[in-house]
Amino acid sequence: MRAFIPNYQLTTPSSLADALALLNREPGVWKPFAGGTDLMVLLEAAKLPHRNYINIWSLKELRGIEVTDSHVTLGALTTYTEVQSHPVLQSEFPMLCQAASETGGLAIQNRGTIGGNIVNASPAADSPPALLAYDAEIELISSDGSRWLAYSSFHTGYKQMLIGPNELLARICMPRNTRGATHYYRKVGTRKAQAISKVCLAALAKLGDDQISDARIALGSVAPIVIRCMQTEDALRGQKPDAGTIKSACATLSQEISPIDDIRSTADYRLQVAKNLLTDFLLTLRT
Amino acid sequence: MIVSFTINGESRTVDVFPMARLLDVLREQLHLTGTKEGCGEGECGACTVVLDGQIVNSCLVPVAQVNGSEIKTIEGVARQDQLHAVQQAFIDHGGAQCGICTPGMVLAAVDLLNRNPRPSETEIRNGLAGNLCRCTGYMKIFESVVRAYQK
Repeated sequence: MRAFIPNYQLTTPSSLADALALLNREPGVWKPFAGGTDLMVLLEAAKLPHRNYINIWSLKELRGIEVTDSHVTLGALTTYTEVQSHPVLQSEFPMLCQAASETGGLAIQNRGTIGGNIVNASPAADSPPALLAYDAEIELISSDGSRWLAYSSFHTGYKQMLIGPNELLARICMPRNTRGATHYYRKVGTRKAQAISKVCLAALAKLGDDQISDARIALGSVAPIVIRCMQTEDALRGQKPDAGTIKSACATLSQEISPIDDIRSTADYRLQVAKNLLTDFLLTLRT
Repeated sequence: MIVSFTINGESRTVDVFPMARLLDVLREQLHLTGTKEGCGEGECGACTVVLDGQIVNSCLVPVAQVNGSEIKTIEGVARQDQLHAVQQAFIDHGGAQCGICTPGMVLAAVDLLNRNPRPSETEIRNGLAGNLCRCTGYMKIFESVVRAYQK
């Protein structure tokens, strides 16, 4: 069953200011439409309830990757293809590049955007676990101005997030503090390309004097939102990555995540695989 | 709304609903039926076209987003009577079976070879990962791509 196309509006603003003014004038009436790789799938399945969209794809203000001494900032419309080819992201944020390379296939990567991946708010999204592990902050803008918040506080429940009806996600910023860290990203799905994940782990840690420091663990597809597992991180900090640590970290992780049975997998499988991935990551630290 | 773009080197203007899929505009208004519909949800790559130099799934692109763009479809790959090396290789080495995935496969392969004239087997697999062949003729397709760049 297809949607009735004439029912849908897609208006193209001439500038970012115009887009924000429209969002402000008629809050809740308009929603942003970027690369379309999620929304068009819903449209075709007649499952796109909202009717009026602002085409933000051509807004140059929301594009580009900016590098300073301390941070890398991505425009919300940065595509997966652009992420993969950026040298600083490749060397310092490899999990984000890997997530981008494992999202869809090339035709999807040319259209899908990091900002869209965030506000589509799927718990199975591929780039959010990496962004969480990299301590990303995000900028929301409106006609009233701009505000930054920690990405880890953005998603509040299944498809719920701290964004107002007059706001746009504008930029994503990551601190350049990953040197010397081990990065581990693994998405488990039915197929290498095009698949939606069953479980996805993005993990990072540094090892000094044989002890784990700066452990960051984030997971997708194991809770109503992508989550940063702070308790598991606490269980790792200051410990040696030995068998005892692995066992206690896995026990903590089991309490911290809440996987479910759904069309792609089962709660049992997801829990086991999440523990296996954490174990694999911690074993990687030892080598 | 009125949308104008260049398609296979020719300027065209169409009167469309803004959320109409580029795929439908190509097939039904411009009668460029070489672009196929497989899944209609961005999984299969049968509707692949080149939009401003990048391959996209035309089932996922609303036509309002191609105003002012340059589009290439399978009809624009050959030069008059001269097939592209990829097309010739698909014919010579059995890369085409039922033909539904073929236009998308050819465009993805042409795009790959434009970016990377001598791809490794892994790079070919990655380049074509978004294109499904339900005749499961993948080996012949990979072979065709290899033969195309060897020429």
